[in-house]
Amino acid sequence: MQWETVIGLEIHAQLATRSKIFSGASTAYGAAPNTQACAVDLGLPGVLPVLNEGAVRMAVKLGLAIGADIAPRSVFARKNYFYPDLPKGYQISQYELPVVSHGRLEIELEDGQGKTVGITRAHLEEDAGKSLHEDFHGMTGIDLNRAGTPLLEIVSEPDLRSAREAVAYMKKLHSLVRYLGICDGNMQEGSFRCDANVSVRPRGSDTFGTRTEIKNLNSFRFVERAIDYEVERQIDVLEGGGTVVQETRLFDPDQGETRPMRSKEEANDYRYFPDPDLLPLDLDAAFIEKVRATLPELPDEKKQRFMEQYGLSAYDAGVLTASREMADYFEAVAEACQGPAKTAANWVMGELSAALNKDGLDIGDSPVTAEALGGLLRRIHDNTISGKIAKDVFEAMWAGEGDADTVIEAKGLKQITDTGAIEQVIDEVMRDHPQQLEQYRSGKDKLFGFFVGQVMKRTGGKANPAQVNELLKGKL
Amino acid sequence: MHEKTIAELAAALQAREVSSVELTEHYLRRIETLDDALNGYITVTAEQALEAARAADEARAQGRAGPLTGVPVAHKDIFCTEGVRTSCGSRMLDNFVAPYDAGVVERFKAAGCPVLGKTNMDEFAMGSSNETSYYGPVKNPWDTERVPGGSSGGSAAVVAARLAPGATGTDTGGSIRQPAALTGITGLKPTYGRVSRWGMVAFASSLDQGGPMARTAEDCALLLNVMAGFDRRDSTSLERPGEDFTTALDRPVKGLRVGLPKPFFGEGMAPAVARVLEEAIDHYRGLGVEFREVDLPNAGLAVPAYYVVAPAECSSNLARFDGVRYGYRCEDPRDLLDLYTRSRGEGFGAEVQRRIMVGTYALSAGYFDAYYLKAQKIRRLIADDFARAFQEVDVLLGPTTPDTAFRLGEKTDDPVSMYLSDIYTIAVNLAGLPGMSLPAGLADGLPVGMQLIGNYFDEARLLGMAHQYQMGTEWHRMAPGGFN
Repeated sequence: MQWETVIGLEIHAQLATRSKIFSGASTAYGAAPNTQACAVDLGLPGVLPVLNEGAVRMAVKLGLAIGADIAPRSVFARKNYFYPDLPKGYQISQYELPVVSHGRLEIELEDGQGKTVGITRAHLEEDAGKSLHEDFHGMTGIDLNRAGTPLLEIVSEPDLRSAREAVAYMKKLHSLVRYLGICDGNMQEGSFRCDANVSVRPRGSDTFGTRTEIKNLNSFRFVERAIDYEVERQIDVLEGGGTVVQETRLFDPDQGETRPMRSKEEANDYRYFPDPDLLPLDLDAAFIEKVRATLPELPDEKKQRFMEQYGLSAYDAGVLTASREMADYFEAVAEACQGPAKTAANWVMGELSAALNKDGLDIGDSPVTAEALGGLLRRIHDNTISGKIAKDVFEAMWAGEGDADTVIEAKGLKQITDTGAIEQVIDEVMRDHPQQLEQYRSGKDKLFGFFVGQVMKRTGGKANPAQVNELLKGKL
Repeated sequence: MHEKTIAELAAALQAREVSSVELTEHYLRRIETLDDALNGYITVTAEQALEAARAADEARAQGRAGPLTGVPVAHKDIFCTEGVRTSCGSRMLDNFVAPYDAGVVERFKAAGCPVLGKTNMDEFAMGSSNETSYYGPVKNPWDTERVPGGSSGGSAAVVAARLAPGATGTDTGGSIRQPAALTGITGLKPTYGRVSRWGMVAFASSLDQGGPMARTAEDCALLLNVMAGFDRRDSTSLERPGEDFTTALDRPVKGLRVGLPKPFFGEGMAPAVARVLEEAIDHYRGLGVEFREVDLPNAGLAVPAYYVVAPAECSSNLARFDGVRYGYRCEDPRDLLDLYTRSRGEGFGAEVQRRIMVGTYALSAGYFDAYYLKAQKIRRLIADDFARAFQEVDVLLGPTTPDTAFRLGEKTDDPVSMYLSDIYTIAVNLAGLPGMSLPAGLADGLPVGMQLIGNYFDEARLLGMAHQYQMGTEWHRMAPGGFN
């Protein structure tokens, strides 16, 4: 049987507010345990929550960026359950009336086709603390620094049809929240994490199969591997005549498999009800418009502009706008290089990205600034150096040997464009290789490249390649 | 000295007839000798009170005294006090010392009022007789075989017995007004949102409201001046311009339109209570008040709606008492579940457990609509009833309780009968309105309370109407034998 995969993602984006969603404690990552938990975060008797307006603004920002409805009234509810790292015995979360609903995100599939993924809702909630099971000799430590950190839970429709689509969607959303400046996107610190709801059904069926939920996936690679594994597992179960059990599973990256979470003793009934300590969140049109005015150029708009303004292909524009930092870097290079933007695009996507990858650096930490790279490209455009030599210069710049002009000067890499000098070298090459010359002249055209190579070799690669070609044709 | 009202004490302090230290020492002595019979205080904070009294006297000497500087008060043990145990009447918090002051406590500190101690109360404010306290029942000073009412029974008893000139209370379904009625004092539950809930241990967040308990309406007005005000730490706190609640005290009540709610005068009210109310109504008639009957068609639904909403909220509010971070923890827990079940099973008393279970049930999947949602709709209907009534009249008047103080143990095995002792007070909380109780007479030697209910923010009018009554009657001046 042909199977179809159906995936919906719940993504938790930690909002980049300085203080918590319902208290004034700091949200900074990495402090000593329980040093960033105030009376409210600790759930002491008598304390009360006060909503952080910054978190609301960020949620609305996302809503506007995905063309969603912003609720004029949304409600915070209590999700009741006992857990040691949940200080109040309930989590404050928007339940029936979320602040954002009915949005959508365009993603690009591998074949270049576009696809619209529906976003059911995005709601505000507080994070719980952390239970630390190591280092306590059979006991559990509780760190409540994270308790009360603002989260935006972004729930997609079950519109995704493969692990790759899921990753494409997640990457697009990841890029978007960083464009918007509402989430630092740091997946290792858990600022952007994902639960995947996965099911399979016979191709052509219009009902959903039973789904499982894979919790807490904190890298794109894990999302892809976990879903691929889970899809295969479910198909195996079904083809073996079994049924998929609706359950929560965890992905073990070491074994590359998903496993059911230790089942709780009882089915959870969260007993949601509106939090009587918080008033409904009423947002008027003026507030929403004020937030709209702060929206930056969004990835899709930027991509369109790059195609029009710089004459880039859809693919190139897509790659360059994948992150705001890369887009900004590219634009600075294109400005500084004073030549065709296509060259700037090729260098940013090629040499620069490769070097960053190799050293595991973010573009923001690149040792070669956009202005410096622009300066290098300028020397290609004005024929000071060839594209090939430029790669050597770039390497030297990467290693901290100075800007392009300094390196070219120091290493004597300036291109030879003097016709007489090049002709002299050509004459020498022809004299030293009479055999090849004869073969060429008797029709073996392929040997043209041999002569180009010899000339370049004798000039240390510095001869202008176009001139070499032209002069060689005449002489041969 | 202890015969004086707060207004009189404030005047005596201002006239330097007495110092705050002398006054505080006097009350502390009375507490020492008399409170054993009442059990009104859980914690007496003599040292801190005297220190605050010295500071108050100093402030007065330097000309920095406010209206109540130096007047000692007591706080219900539901208000968090920095450095002093806040037990909420529960074993669960027997060892709990808050690292901060409640908003109300801060305000009394700023007003220069020494705090004599923390008063006894029903556990987590759940009870109408003060018998659910982990620290034992409070006795009614009018008859120590009887209950003082609850949950602010400690505050009521110590004010009635002159062991404090005034005290704070909280009222979720009648917890200020009912004990005020049963002990012959005056108590006011303000409009929901008037008094900050910050640092007030939550029972049912949408109903809880702090308020003053004292002997007279004038004293309640003075205390409310201290207590009321916006607090940005409480999202349900109301941002309103400052108000002096004493301004309407002297306003004549002539021409005031007062409604007598039909359902409050039907069966269920003891004949002795009815007689006392009749006399009070006659007194007001004499002052020119116009009475008319009004209907509150949904009043009969108030108690059942309340006993869904309040337990539902309490089941969630009390989830934080889990033995993990503070408060009572059972001995040698085997595992997490054991830690939870035994800490909560041993830390909470029977009534609290009953309400947690009722509330958990009402919020459960499959029952939520039938109970919680329906109760919220009833709440709306009840508020609408009051709104209609207040189109016709300025104030509503009726009994505070169906009967006078009952005997200790009389209703402890019959929770429903206990719940019905709040039958006249609960609707006011569901609607968020201000209401007060003031002494209107005696029946068989026990105080009878009269309840006044006002429209939103009409505390000043209620206090004025009560004050005008107290200007012409002596009931508020009566002291229980042995405590005069």
